[in-house]
Amino acid sequence: MDDLIKYAPDLLAGFLDNVKLSLICGVFALILGTILVSMRVAPTPVLRGAGTLYVNIVRNTPLTLVLAFSSLGLSDTIGLTFSETPSTNSFWLVVLGLSAYTATFVCEALRAGINTVPIGQAEAARAIGLTFLQSLRMIILPQAFRTVVAPLGSVMIAMIKNTTVAIAGGYLMESAFVMRDTFDDTGVSIPIFIGLVIAFMLVTLPVGFVTSRLASRLAVAR
Amino acid sequence: MTEPDDPSPLVSLEGVNKSFGTLHVLKDINLSVARGEVVVVIGPSGGGKSTLCRLVNRLETIDSGTITFDGQELPAEGKALARFRSDVGMVFQSFNLFSHKTILENVTLGPIKVRKIAKAEAEKRGMELLERVGIASQAAKYPAQLSGGQQQRTAIARALAMDPKMILFDEPTSALDPEMVQEVLDVMTGLARDGMTMMVVTHEMGFARRAADRVVFMAGGEIVEEGRPDEFFTDPRTDRARDFLSKILTH
Repeated sequence: MDDLIKYAPDLLAGFLDNVKLSLICGVFALILGTILVSMRVAPTPVLRGAGTLYVNIVRNTPLTLVLAFSSLGLSDTIGLTFSETPSTNSFWLVVLGLSAYTATFVCEALRAGINTVPIGQAEAARAIGLTFLQSLRMIILPQAFRTVVAPLGSVMIAMIKNTTVAIAGGYLMESAFVMRDTFDDTGVSIPIFIGLVIAFMLVTLPVGFVTSRLASRLAVAR
Repeated sequence: MTEPDDPSPLVSLEGVNKSFGTLHVLKDINLSVARGEVVVVIGPSGGGKSTLCRLVNRLETIDSGTITFDGQELPAEGKALARFRSDVGMVFQSFNLFSHKTILENVTLGPIKVRKIAKAEAEKRGMELLERVGIASQAAKYPAQLSGGQQQRTAIARALAMDPKMILFDEPTSALDPEMVQEVLDVMTGLARDGMTMMVVTHEMGFARRAADRVVFMAGGEIVEEGRPDEFFTDPRTDRARDFLSKILTH
């Protein structure tokens, strides 16, 4: 119990980093995932091909390798730098890697949603003179989003938990790494371990609850 | 609406062929529709009627031949195609109202987003159109809350909201319960009387008799016969048309 009190501030700061990573990556992943799915259903073969290639490569690469590529490849080798402060720099490299990775799952969830929208919706949109992008934005994607709110919730839960491998991108301040660091000093502490598990569940359980509730509320009646 | 005095046809199909894989659904189609004319396309299922209708606003592409609209060949893609489609209304068999939008939003979306009309003005016009098709009281509801007949009348209002030069009807009453067919046909008859250029694919022979300027009989992917409705229904010239009419008019 003493350990818990002594290390709690560090662990809490680490956990807030997990939350911060989750929020930022969540936003980027949703935006990038929407762009990717738009490419994958675009009438232009080049865009479709590029979207498919990206999704298939990134989605099938282990996250730890994506993060390692982000820090070792993009930053150390190519010289992509977000900040002169190493911890800030690695934070944003992790944001880049995790967003790029999660976006592929967002894309595929949305694509499943698009497949549930009847073809007649797109035809009616075209028939009143909407362009491809307009019909995607106003007719297809809003309906697709509503059908995949629950699966997107699962994607977000997975992403929140994935923030604990930020170490692979060189970021050392999130809670799971702080915990292991602590255990190196103090030996394994079960209360700290359970405390961190509960902290994550306090975030992920509501995400699951809210998205399932939203899913039934937003369902499109046909 | 269009100017009926212009003698050039609004739509003209010349030597149009269309295949789906090995199935040759439209064979060397030549057809034109004059401004203000109501052309009703009838014939047995699988004869290519719906495909013909869908070609005219390029929901299907053609393999050979030409289609001109208002003197211009149909644009192939992009903004020009979208602009062209905004001038041609389409009413589908399965209504295809936007499920996540209210009845009024369905009617105002095109005017606001395509025609760039101010929202208030589009809503005023939208309500007038809903009034005209008899469903103004349902404006705030969603499509799934309406009967089939009400949904189809909304779809007609949605097409009218774009001030189209022509409206295509692809079997507009085929998915309706029998008691709702008449309310939709009444709206269509009203449009025909007001001089709207219409191409209607239908199995409703009563509507064809009453509202058509010309009946086109299609079978096996070809236009077998065309003529004025009174002549066609009382004295068809071809065996295929006689055979078809004898099957549908006896009961």
